[in-house]
Amino acid sequence: MANKQSRWSNIWPPVVTLLFIGIVWELIVRMKLVYSWLIPSPIGVFQGMIEDWPRLMEHLTATTKLSLIGFTGGAIAGFVLAAVLHFLPVVRKGLYPVLILSQTIPVIVIAPILTMLLGYGMMPKIFLIILVCFFPICIATLGGLAQADHQLKNYLSMIGASKWHLFIHLELPSALTNLFAGLRIAVSYSVLSAVVAEWLSPKVGLGSYLILSSRGYMPDRVFASVLLIVLMSLLLFWIVSFIESRCVHWRPKKGSQG
Amino acid sequence: MLELKNISKSFTHKKQEKQILQHISLYVDEGEFVSVIGPSGSGKTTLFQIIGGLEPVNSGEVWINGQQTTGQRGHVAYMPQQASLMPWYSVKRNIALALQVAGINKQQADSQAKEWLQKVGLAEYADAYPHMLSGGMSQRVSFLRALLSPQTLMLLDEPFGALDALTRLHMQQWLLSIWEENRRSVLLVTHSIEEALLLSDRIIVLSSSPATIVDEIEVPFARPRASDLWSTPTFNELKQRIYEQLHTNN
Repeated sequence: MANKQSRWSNIWPPVVTLLFIGIVWELIVRMKLVYSWLIPSPIGVFQGMIEDWPRLMEHLTATTKLSLIGFTGGAIAGFVLAAVLHFLPVVRKGLYPVLILSQTIPVIVIAPILTMLLGYGMMPKIFLIILVCFFPICIATLGGLAQADHQLKNYLSMIGASKWHLFIHLELPSALTNLFAGLRIAVSYSVLSAVVAEWLSPKVGLGSYLILSSRGYMPDRVFASVLLIVLMSLLLFWIVSFIESRCVHWRPKKGSQG
Repeated sequence: MLELKNISKSFTHKKQEKQILQHISLYVDEGEFVSVIGPSGSGKTTLFQIIGGLEPVNSGEVWINGQQTTGQRGHVAYMPQQASLMPWYSVKRNIALALQVAGINKQQADSQAKEWLQKVGLAEYADAYPHMLSGGMSQRVSFLRALLSPQTLMLLDEPFGALDALTRLHMQQWLLSIWEENRRSVLLVTHSIEEALLLSDRIIVLSSSPATIVDEIEVPFARPRASDLWSTPTFNELKQRIYEQLHTNN
């Protein structure tokens, strides 16, 4: 009961704030303080969304698929590289700074290079998302693997645990929280970079819908696709958080005493 | 069972060599409970790290069960000062893990853990996670885990050092009752004189920096140990003797 109440008290302030912003926005457009062909009203956005629903769904599906494929690829690549680097400290020392350095290259710059190298199909898009997702996961996991509790490690070494035992029973579970933090960041990045990738060769996806609508001066459609992109990011983020709460079930619940 | 032959160990810190252990020779017989007592900082933990194979020695040899194990890991069951239970595993899995690491297959380890939790009256905690346990309960699990491990030598590293006085007393009694029925070779490190006298067959007194063996005392009390041991004159004489040795050698 108390839990439900506190959840409700967490939910209503942002909801009220959003509603307020929506109403003010709607009023501004209605009172013709801005041109409605430049900034659409919230209700106009929903109308545009409903009118174009089937096509929007098609694009949404395409973007979701692209994000998820890229995200999965990035997650696997990031995790595997982190594990390999963890087991090979020498390689880690050599590669870690290069990894950090590679992150100073903006996505928007890599994208055209990938298109140049891999053409206009799915490959450069997926590859771009993998590149973007892999980094936060790899770095977070590496950090997590290295922060395993010293006493637990000492205990396991004392009773003769092998490197593999240490990894499976100590380092990996210690890294889970970090790994999921990386996954949450990466999943939001994956949607973002899917949209960017779709701009480059606009065929399907919310990104291409967005850029084509914007070129055609249809702001309600632009806003509609932005809204869907945001909702999709939120949904994926929430799914990752949900999986985390299932996997990391041993942590004491907040407020309860150990 | 366990034999340490002339172990010496030094650390180099800021180009200065510091001798930690000097010519330590001791043994633990089959089924014998031996305590090592010494002031804090006397290198007791280093001694355990050497027996466990985690620290290399400068000179000397470690023999376990007639085999030279100097620098080799996996020959001991271990109960550290902090319970060191994996927070992501239930009590039962934690115990089973120690058996698994020692080479017992998972199913067998699980069923053995379950059986023993029942035997010592901890069955209701089998599926609890470590954060739900009190300090004393965690240490019980930690002891049971060491007791069930197939390694024949148990190292107990100040196992009750972090507990309050009353819990500590309960724990000592509990450990004693279980151990007396399931005898294993034990090497206990402690800095409580009473604890050493209550639990062990033999007490080895160390001096500090560098640690050398200054005395070895056969504890004359019969087993099972009586609960009024504290008040006997012998107990207090021995206590006095150890106290003085710890005092004069530091």
